[in-house]
Amino acid sequence: MSGLSEPSAVGAEEPPASGLPDPTAPLTATGSLRRRAAVSRALEVTATGSALLAVAVFCIVIYTVVSRGAGAISFSFLTTDPTGIGTGGIAPAIVGSAVIVAIATAIAMPLGVLIALYLIEFAGRRSGRVVRMALDLTNGLPTVVVAIMVYGLIVVGSGDSAIAASIALAIVMLPLIARSSHQVLLLVPGTLREASDALGVSRWRGVLGVVLPSALGGIVTATILAAARAAGETVPILLLSSLVTSNDVQINPLHAVSAMPLTIYTDFNDGVPAAVTQAWGTALVLMAIILAANIGARMFLARNRSRLGL
Amino acid sequence: MTAGESGVSLGAETVNRRVRIQTAVTPAPAPTPDRQAPVHRQTVFDARDVSVHYGAKRALAPFQMKIYRNLITALIGPSGCGKTTFLRSINRMNDSVPGFKLEGQILYHGHDIYGSGVNRVEVRRRIGMVFQKPNPFPKSIYNNIAWAPRNLGMKDDLDDRVERALRDAALWDEVKDRLHDPALGLSGGQQQRLCIARAIAVEPDVLLLDEPASALDPISTLSIEELMQSLKPRYTIVIVTHNMQQAARVADRTAFFSLDENRVGTLIEYDETEAMFIRPADPRTRDYVTGRFG
Repeated sequence: MSGLSEPSAVGAEEPPASGLPDPTAPLTATGSLRRRAAVSRALEVTATGSALLAVAVFCIVIYTVVSRGAGAISFSFLTTDPTGIGTGGIAPAIVGSAVIVAIATAIAMPLGVLIALYLIEFAGRRSGRVVRMALDLTNGLPTVVVAIMVYGLIVVGSGDSAIAASIALAIVMLPLIARSSHQVLLLVPGTLREASDALGVSRWRGVLGVVLPSALGGIVTATILAAARAAGETVPILLLSSLVTSNDVQINPLHAVSAMPLTIYTDFNDGVPAAVTQAWGTALVLMAIILAANIGARMFLARNRSRLGL
Repeated sequence: MTAGESGVSLGAETVNRRVRIQTAVTPAPAPTPDRQAPVHRQTVFDARDVSVHYGAKRALAPFQMKIYRNLITALIGPSGCGKTTFLRSINRMNDSVPGFKLEGQILYHGHDIYGSGVNRVEVRRRIGMVFQKPNPFPKSIYNNIAWAPRNLGMKDDLDDRVERALRDAALWDEVKDRLHDPALGLSGGQQQRLCIARAIAVEPDVLLLDEPASALDPISTLSIEELMQSLKPRYTIVIVTHNMQQAARVADRTAFFSLDENRVGTLIEYDETEAMFIRPADPRTRDYVTGRFG
């Protein structure tokens, strides 16, 4: 628009009557474009700031836990039994967490993969939608609700046990594994199914021999991520496996076993400085295990993907 | 693909020359003036009044066609003319397509492929297929070949079977030292020959090839075409191709499909390849093979 004065300088021609900008004007922002550029810039700055905030929050959490917990960490802290409030090690909690999560994974992984296979290979349009919605709603259930449900069904009458906590955690893991496995199976090219069909091999052998192996990396990753999530869940363990009767390492899943989230919770609640330090130390161990599992799972998936050429 | 498209513009002389060359190498049965089917050939497929619908839409108008043993039969025609639909109907790969419905009969050695009691897994066991885009399994080269025989109970001498399949597919010399490397590391042309090896490892009777060279470069295309000639004595081969030079080079008989005025796929003409390219009976065939449309 500001270029309207230009044509007279160039020649005696009339400015274009259509209101289009003069094509010979300099290519700088004019009029509302200036304002739009400013708005765009403001939005970019805000969005970038928010993204940086996400990174900052993560770093602050890591820094806090490491700076307060590192002092508690030693070889004996990881390998010995507790000797009293805030003293001794956390070996029973580490082993107990491993037992609980291992059993939960053993329950949730096969079921989750079978559900995903059902969704991919056998579900009709409507039944598939019902199952997917049920999984999403289960995923949204508060863990305390899952825990009291398991409490009402299993613990009442038989007492606290690691296996009760495992069942609750399996319910937490199931939708995560099933939905992620479903997503991974969707990525398996239909041409592979066609190839196995065209060889005269039955459907289920094609699924077991071609489809599942192609998706295995993604399924394993989904399982590790779900297990890492379950390892940090506190409420189910608090409700279902907290009446620990001994300070030793316990591995019998029919009895209550200690677990890291439980140790963090009870130590922190004690308020004694030594116990609080032990809580931070346990938090650091738990966080390190979960981060390592997450990073390891993602690296495994990336390697697996490139191997399959996906 | 590009090779094929550019070849079209070369016109009929090129086609004729190539037909002569091909005839000199492997003498095709002499074209009979009355255009009758060669009597000495055994019929493998007999399509009787076959028509196909996808839901309410008709994809193929009723047609008759006989496909003969140990010949290469090419299905050519413009996009959407139903040639791939027919090919995939032969081994029931269309069964999983929603709304697919076939009327009439496709007889395979006298048995209706869509008859009651026919198991489509068994149909595909005998009628193998190779697809447009190479689709090796994400497994080793060896296991790509060995997987199906293992699942079908052909477990004896699996190593021999793998070697034979790879030799037959003219791939053995290129991969014999890396049988346990991932198949996806092979080039496109090698992958497609691997897919052919995989298909013949289960000893089918028929090979269906759905534009097997359209995703490949001219050199790989040539090797696939040579491979088809070497497989001809043992297999009945049906190939869909967009590339009519390819049909002229490799096929003994050629069927030309096109779209009728209602855009329904129709079989226009089916004859000895030489006759199709030199003296087509139907003006639509002539227009297509001389590159006037399509």
